[in-house]
Amino acid sequence: MSFLPGTPLRQNNDSDRMTEPLKREEVVAARAIKVTFGAVKALDGADLVIHAGECVGLVGHNGAGKSTIVNVINGALSPHEGTLTYGGHPVHGISAARANGVRCVFQELSLCPNLTVNENARIMHAELNGWNWRSRAASLVRSQLQKIFPGHAIDCDSTVDDLSIAERQMVEIAISFAGRNQRPKLVILDEPTSSLDAGLAAQLMAYIRTFINEGGSVLLISHILGEILSTCDRIVVMKDGRVVADRAAKAFDTRSLVEAMGNVVREQEFSRKATARTGAPVLSMPPHPRHGIAFEAYRGEIVGLAGLGGHGQTDALLDLYLEHNSNWWPSRKREIAFVAGDRSLNGTFPLWSILKNLSIASLGQLSSKKMISDSREATLGSGWKRRIEIRTPDMRNRILSLSGGNQQKVLFARALATTASTVLMDDPMRGVDIGTKQEVYEILRTEAANGRTFIWYSTEMDEIRLCDRVYVFREGMIVAELVGDGISETNVLAASFSDGEAA
Amino acid sequence: MKLSSGTIRLIIPAASLALLLAAVFYMQPRAMSYTGLNLLFNLAIPIALATIAQMLIMSINDLDLSMGTFVSFCACVAATVLQTSPLLGALIFIGAIAVYAGMGMLIHVRDLPSIVVTLGMSFVWGGLAVLLLPSPGGTAPTWARAIMTAKPPLVPMAIIASILIAAVTHYIVMRSSFGVLMRGTGGNDRSVERAGWSVIGIRAATYALAGLFAIFAGIALVGLTTSADANIALRYTLLSIAGVILGGGEFVGGKVSPIGAVIGALTLTLAGSFLSFMRISPDWQIGAQGAILIVVLALRLALNRLEKREKHQ
Amino acid sequence: MTLQKFLTEKPWIWSFVASIIVWITTVLFTGGASSLGLSQAALTFAAFSVIVGIGQMFVITLGPGNIDLSVPATMTLSGTLALKLMDVQDGMILFGLFASIGIGLIIGLGNYILIKLLRIPPIIATLSMSFIVQSVAIWSNRGLRIKPPETLAGFATSGLFGIPNIALVALVLSVIAWVLLEKSIYGRWISAIGQSRFAARMAGIPVDGARLVTYMLCAVLASVCGYLLASFSGGAALNMGSEYLLMSIAVVVVGGTAVAGGNSNIPGIWGASLFMFLVVSMLNTYGFGAGFRLILTGFIIIAVILLAGGHKSHR
Repeated sequence: MSFLPGTPLRQNNDSDRMTEPLKREEVVAARAIKVTFGAVKALDGADLVIHAGECVGLVGHNGAGKSTIVNVINGALSPHEGTLTYGGHPVHGISAARANGVRCVFQELSLCPNLTVNENARIMHAELNGWNWRSRAASLVRSQLQKIFPGHAIDCDSTVDDLSIAERQMVEIAISFAGRNQRPKLVILDEPTSSLDAGLAAQLMAYIRTFINEGGSVLLISHILGEILSTCDRIVVMKDGRVVADRAAKAFDTRSLVEAMGNVVREQEFSRKATARTGAPVLSMPPHPRHGIAFEAYRGEIVGLAGLGGHGQTDALLDLYLEHNSNWWPSRKREIAFVAGDRSLNGTFPLWSILKNLSIASLGQLSSKKMISDSREATLGSGWKRRIEIRTPDMRNRILSLSGGNQQKVLFARALATTASTVLMDDPMRGVDIGTKQEVYEILRTEAANGRTFIWYSTEMDEIRLCDRVYVFREGMIVAELVGDGISETNVLAASFSDGEAA
Repeated sequence: MKLSSGTIRLIIPAASLALLLAAVFYMQPRAMSYTGLNLLFNLAIPIALATIAQMLIMSINDLDLSMGTFVSFCACVAATVLQTSPLLGALIFIGAIAVYAGMGMLIHVRDLPSIVVTLGMSFVWGGLAVLLLPSPGGTAPTWARAIMTAKPPLVPMAIIASILIAAVTHYIVMRSSFGVLMRGTGGNDRSVERAGWSVIGIRAATYALAGLFAIFAGIALVGLTTSADANIALRYTLLSIAGVILGGGEFVGGKVSPIGAVIGALTLTLAGSFLSFMRISPDWQIGAQGAILIVVLALRLALNRLEKREKHQ
Repeated sequence: MTLQKFLTEKPWIWSFVASIIVWITTVLFTGGASSLGLSQAALTFAAFSVIVGIGQMFVITLGPGNIDLSVPATMTLSGTLALKLMDVQDGMILFGLFASIGIGLIIGLGNYILIKLLRIPPIIATLSMSFIVQSVAIWSNRGLRIKPPETLAGFATSGLFGIPNIALVALVLSVIAWVLLEKSIYGRWISAIGQSRFAARMAGIPVDGARLVTYMLCAVLASVCGYLLASFSGGAALNMGSEYLLMSIAVVVVGGTAVAGGNSNIPGIWGASLFMFLVVSMLNTYGFGAGFRLILTGFIIIAVILLAGGHKSHR
């Protein structure tokens, strides 16, 4: 591990003021950035300055604002407030960011899967024009791959589709670092090792240091704290849209980093007692083939699924749901219901009224001889409108006329209105205002007391604390089970960030 | 050596064409001659060109339901205006290409379903064709006739033309920078846009190129048939889609193969001849095309599954 | 504001308004002499488009990419086989109808088996199916033109109180379809599937089952239409369905059904079918040829999709 001389050290926890004068050239400077999505403050005055020749680590729990600030820096998002400069010039937009040497390796792969590696390089690098571009692209990618991952076995003429996921990630990283006339100044790596094995990840980290020593900069986001601690010069910790710590990497260790991400003191206002398990589990799932813990849920329980976003929680919910639901025949008795998290994508039916959106899952109860009874449907609607306080003058208004929070309530009511004894929830409260949340929590507690089982994936700590039992996911499997007082932010964070190498 | 998925996608169409050809030769050895081959494949040239045009549209995830009427329209223009006043005919064709480019932009800008827009255009082209040529007639331009009936030594024209079409379009679509951008747009247009390219420009150019190939198809068709009528190529809409799919192309994702498309067109043409050699009544000709389509798709699915299973292990 | 809301919620109004305008323009030209004949012809020919259009609309409601290209082949096969089976005997009329419905069920089932088993887009599945169906029709037809049974032909060409029987049949079918769409669980299901197949699945809807039923329904309506059309025109012809490939899609689009799926309406199909026929007769009356008629039809479709295209950007 080598530290460059002159790395700016900032010892203050609260980053509102700058303590030390800058010694190096700023590549990107984002100051006092605010971004709001509806009622949610994604960024609430965050500062992130990256200098030439340093590797900055960015860590934080779900919804801390990591990806939002990355999107601001790479030009995809315009901040609502604050200043953004590239090398001191205030410019905007994706092309401006690219022109200033900012490259981004996205978590979701952004190669064209139907093209070969070389052809993807052609698309990413406009300088590869004219005759003979194929051989120039080939040598560019090949030499860059060789530099980062010496000894790799990727054929640059093969289609991206034919590569393994790890190989795709390697190619994307190589293409981003490559460039003849336009060398990148800052490369943003968002979970770059998520599908690389330990050896490849080590090669990448070693290359990052070389790149830094040549004067480039890297912004590294990873859930593997070992990587962050050993590779970065400086670590920025975010929480709730703010930067809560910004210190030299050697000032941290795994423990202090996890502590910095969480809240120091938190009253346990919602905490529930572990209820006695009765009878056989209503739902169960065998453990992941490699290792991990088996999943079980009992009657009347609220089971939380925690961990960083995208580590297999949604897949687990989908598996549970699809296994208990026929695609061909209408089921006589519904046993399981699902509350979607991404409303617009897989929850609401946008062309329909609130009432139709509410009743779709319980049409069987509302009809005789397969014909829907308008009056019974209306009764159901008015009942739930009162019970869950959907704020609308008329349930026949379009669903899109509701605020996001109220749409989410409708989705809840849709699941609760069914006869299903188990309800799966896929992080449904994301982006919902606090008032609505409290109302929904109350209903959840009542329903659970009445014997319903809830399986709840949530990215929010406050909600995880509401659960009776919590499974923490990492890399597609359950790595920890927390019960009762064991359900704490520190324990969840410790389980969801691996401190060693990638699996 | 590991085969790329592109190669695998070509194996089935090529194998089915070879199989079909072998069966035809076995049943009718006389077909194995210069004239025989020319007869078998002559009608394939315009179909291959139309299939290439459809393939270009499909490479950017769209579909052209007006291909048949547009080729008919082009055939009518070629048999009338192009023959009497070549300059005006050329101008009409340039205008038609511009309409195609505009169609591509309109579909992108307003985010319209290409199926419906091209459905509307198919009425327009059909109407224009009827206006030009209310009843079958017209004469093919002598040069078009000369090209289509040329008798080069050793290898019949139909084969040379097919190889030429495949080679040229393979270069444009699979080798050139433009082809890369076009297929990239079909595969992941966001990443193409993020890299700073104009997706709308790429789409307009793709549509224009498709228009050009469809025009070639119309001229080639008139060269073969010597006269035209407004409904001469209506079957081409469905045949061209089937040809692309047969040749290993896919509806979405920019996965297309020009060589495969030409092979697909040849296979569809040959299917008809094959049945007549089998002494099965021509009634089943269309049905055989459908059956071949289904069999090839089933084979492809099986192969894809096998490939996936290998990948998992 | 409320008028605007009314018009955006009921886009089919436009096709009716347009139909009436075109009707008046046509009748004015002939000095009122043709009003009854024109109306009857419009109702009869619109009725055929309505019947296939309803089926196509159910399929299009299932969402982007869902379209049935086997409609014309199904019509031809059903018309041909039914007439052959009935063999000009009045006693066989019902049997012929059942046979034709059975053909529809088999073709619809075949379509969905191809979609599901081969995992191919509906457009190519129904296309391959239509090739095969067309061949069966050609083979069974053998160039013979069998007449429909006397009674059936009489029924198809006459009317009740001046309204053509065909139009009445189409009306009954429309009412049934309307009830299915608006009142039944099934109607809710296909609308939900069309808006988001994944969300529908997660709301507990048996997506595959509902889609299968829809493809079968579309094929049955097409074959019933073929049965009626063959009886109406005095025999089945091999190209009798070809016009309806594009027409069945066009009346759905012009009638205001969202091409992106999830939204559908029956009245619009009537408006669009009447409009499409009346435009033709208006242009004929004014002496315009088939060319202008086609061009105008094309422009109407493009104009409608341009105006309605805003729907998608909302999402």
